[in-house]
Amino acid sequence: MKRKPRPALRNSGEEQRQFTRRAWFSMALILLALAGLGVRFFWLQVVRHDEFVTRANDNSIHVRFLSPPRGMIFDRNGVVLAENVPAFRLEVVPDQVHDLPAMLKSLATVVPLSSDDLRRFEQALKERHGFQGVPLRDRLSQDEIARFAINRWRFPGVEIKPYLRRYYPEGALATSVVGYVGSIDQREAEKLQGTPWAGMNQTGKSGIEREYEKLLRGVPGYELVEVNADQRPVRVLERVPPRPGENLYLTLDMRMQKAAYAGLRGRAGAAVAVDPRNGQVLALASSPSYDPNLFVGGISEANYKALLDDPHHPLLNRVTEGTYLPGSTVKPFEAVAGLELGLRTPQYTVDSVGEWYIPGLPPGTRGYRDDVPGGFGVVDLTQAIEMSVNTYFYKLAYDMGIDRLSAFMAKFGFGEPTGIDLPHEASGVLPSRAWKAKTLHRPWYLGDTVISGIGQGYWQVTPLQLANAVSTLADFGQPQRLHLLLATQDGSNAPIKPVVVPPPGPPVIARRADWQAVMQGMVKVVEGARGTARGLDVGFPYRIAGKTGTAEIFSRTSHAWHTNRTNHELALRHRALFIGFTPASDPRVAGVAILERAPWGGRDAAPIVRDMFDAWAHVRHLPDTLLPGDILPPWAPMSLPPGTASAAPVPPAVDLPRASSVLDRTGATVGGAP
Amino acid sequence: MIRAALRLRIFLRHLLTRPRLDLPLLIALLLLAGLGLFFLSSAADLAWRTIGAQAARFVLGFMLLYVVSRIPPAQFRHWSPALYVLSVVLLVLVLVLGQGRGADRWLNLGIVRFQPSELLKLTTPMMAAWYLAQRPLPPSWRDLGVVVVLIALPAGLIALQPDLGTALLVAAAGAFVLFLSGLSLRRIGLILGVVLLMLPVAWHFMHDYQRERVLTLFDPESDPLGTGWHVIQSEIAVGSGGVFGKGFMRGTQAQLQFLPEHTTDFIYAVVGEEFGLIGALLLLALYLFIVGRSLWIAVNARDTYARLLSGALAMSFFFYVMVNGGMITGLLPVVGVPLPLVSYGGTSAVSLLAGFGMLMSIHAHRKLMQ
Repeated sequence: MKRKPRPALRNSGEEQRQFTRRAWFSMALILLALAGLGVRFFWLQVVRHDEFVTRANDNSIHVRFLSPPRGMIFDRNGVVLAENVPAFRLEVVPDQVHDLPAMLKSLATVVPLSSDDLRRFEQALKERHGFQGVPLRDRLSQDEIARFAINRWRFPGVEIKPYLRRYYPEGALATSVVGYVGSIDQREAEKLQGTPWAGMNQTGKSGIEREYEKLLRGVPGYELVEVNADQRPVRVLERVPPRPGENLYLTLDMRMQKAAYAGLRGRAGAAVAVDPRNGQVLALASSPSYDPNLFVGGISEANYKALLDDPHHPLLNRVTEGTYLPGSTVKPFEAVAGLELGLRTPQYTVDSVGEWYIPGLPPGTRGYRDDVPGGFGVVDLTQAIEMSVNTYFYKLAYDMGIDRLSAFMAKFGFGEPTGIDLPHEASGVLPSRAWKAKTLHRPWYLGDTVISGIGQGYWQVTPLQLANAVSTLADFGQPQRLHLLLATQDGSNAPIKPVVVPPPGPPVIARRADWQAVMQGMVKVVEGARGTARGLDVGFPYRIAGKTGTAEIFSRTSHAWHTNRTNHELALRHRALFIGFTPASDPRVAGVAILERAPWGGRDAAPIVRDMFDAWAHVRHLPDTLLPGDILPPWAPMSLPPGTASAAPVPPAVDLPRASSVLDRTGATVGGAP
Repeated sequence: MIRAALRLRIFLRHLLTRPRLDLPLLIALLLLAGLGLFFLSSAADLAWRTIGAQAARFVLGFMLLYVVSRIPPAQFRHWSPALYVLSVVLLVLVLVLGQGRGADRWLNLGIVRFQPSELLKLTTPMMAAWYLAQRPLPPSWRDLGVVVVLIALPAGLIALQPDLGTALLVAAAGAFVLFLSGLSLRRIGLILGVVLLMLPVAWHFMHDYQRERVLTLFDPESDPLGTGWHVIQSEIAVGSGGVFGKGFMRGTQAQLQFLPEHTTDFIYAVVGEEFGLIGALLLLALYLFIVGRSLWIAVNARDTYARLLSGALAMSFFFYVMVNGGMITGLLPVVGVPLPLVSYGGTSAVSLLAGFGMLMSIHAHRKLMQ
């Protein structure tokens, strides 16, 4: 290359010095820059160390919730009422899905997704916690599992997960007692925030499932899982296994429960059977019922709408929430009150002429009627109960006065929830001055007292309250706390721990003779020639004591006697009720049946109680080997602590042999009476 | 046989008495390469193929360093224009028929594929030094203009690939020559001012991913799963390492794949995570020593060309460390600059060691009056 001579001379010494200066300057800059970098390392690694350790752990350590298996529910004989069955479902990890709507659309071509599935998925997506997969579709069939498996590669972030699904093998038969579990809702989830149960996705929604949620749910476990950047688990760092919920044994006897439903035949009504000696509920049926399995994992909109729109309101548990006029079924209790308060003797008679007037009121005032024009003639206590003579009880109530009547009826548990171990129990109405003043802001009238005497007027009772009262009466006036939980078991191999339920109060009846008199009257209801439920005990081995009730839904509007007495017409105006217990002199089982629309208590409700009694009596005389799985419980000879006598149908309890029926029955053949 | 032994003895004595290699620098480089392999073996989860390939490159690189160190600086100077032209031609070839992953950077030469842009990291400062060494210094405006064009041509071509990171490094290498040539600070300020004014124009020509990277520097959390992911995960890795680190192969960020590119551009973050502040500062100290020693060699170089070239190479080396370290600690934007001699990657390690070969040669031919 050609070099042009330049005016400026090269000064190599000066250049050298210049370079050295620049080099030192550079070195200073470099030192400064590297020192800055070092400070930055110090800032990140020392000053903000803790923060980044947390973030590194959040990155790589996930807590995986381990659902505890829910406790199983059995009846008193070990019949399974609620269990957990293995099932498979599709779960979506939203973080791993790029285009959720598009994925759902193409997934629907592989596995059918209903609008209900998608609605529930959207809901769950909003409420999900942590890194849990969101359930998309429950209960996959074998076919669906196979089809998804083939197409799995197309759906990153979607997985088939095994889970335990709650299953109620008895279906609608035990819904009114067992209830069901459902998906946890926002409010429930908030309540569980900060507890070990925060990750649960189901909870008891009604019945025993709800009442004993805390026993049934168990304690969740967890796994600390180290995951990589793709969220794939690498290894388990720590595992705390879940503790299964406790198994529950109920006092229920499914054979009696089935008999109750069979007797109700799908009509709107309720039936309850109780062991009066200890308050154990043997049957508790609300009709019509529904399949609780529909609710597990979320009910579809169509099914829910159908249940809501059903004119018979199957979702209402009539036993605990339905309130009804008790009608004549209160008469035995009033008779007890009359005797105990010394207002009546069994021999005291009243002349029934068809209408009764409050003494001292001017003529022309409203009369209180018997069931038949002309009345029943002169009747004593036994006859009054046998034929359900209104006049006798108008007068009794009038003589007693509302305050004493109301106070005594309260002892039988009316007007208060029974305290049974089920959620949502109605209180009903026990007529009293205080109640009327508080609720209706009106004074109490004498007429109110009179009609209260026959279970009309303001009275409202739940079938369970009635069962409670009958049970108290049957156990010679000793009240018992009605209950459903018989025993608990912590794990399938653990011992069974009986639940002790102490009686809530002292006996209601002081003199056995009073009880005897009322019982005689109730026996006559079934056995007497003019008994309102005569013939009910045909073919039954023990004497039955009972009382019918036929409550009028509407007040009469005229003085005319009703002439249209066809059953169809009456069914629209009447509720049919029946209460009873057996064996009459040594009661082991008490029953109640109510039909919302039926003409007569004796004709329509009583057979339902008889059906339950049949199931009870039948079982007692069947050899235990007939229904091996049913009768011999897996935990067979259970020794209950003293004080809680073993329940009637539990084998081996043939302590009341057929021979006793001879003692119990008078020998008189009834039935066939008009 | 005896003759061979005799020749070996002569060669060994020759090495000891008239060493061409600067022993402190060589030892530091070997130490760095050894540490680099150690860190890589942890970051690569003991994948022996990866580690072996890297070790093979180091062997090749150190052989090249030795060979280059035998060539007198006068020869580099002589060949500078030709090498510069050759490497620019290769760059053009890459642009025309190059192949690579996404960005066209690689040239397939049958047996080896390499990035010609790596060559420019050496030939650009050589060319600048060659030009300025013949001119009175500090350079005039005209010389300055010529050198800027000489730098901008390859840098522009590399930016077109597009590889903004390497373009920046090549431009920096050239700029360091200008800086060391004694360009007055006033003029430097002026040039920086012009560059600053040009930034919006550059922004206009940038690819979207490059813009994103610059943007995420200012707010990495704004896009935690996109471009910000790199920066966030890298900071978490470094920060969670603490003073002593989590230990060899115990870094969760690196081992569980949270840290992207953890064997290449982000390996310094692995060092920070697994060996803590101590490991990070140790590495930094080693780099500082190498840069300082290289500058010392530059100061003692015999002529202007050697001084400018060795000084620019020393500062380029520092620049790589600074850009990479700044990136993994979230101080600078994410640009694909490997950590010298530690990041996994072929051409970079070899070209770096070849550059140090030149430094060794310049050291061997240093001024005699001392």
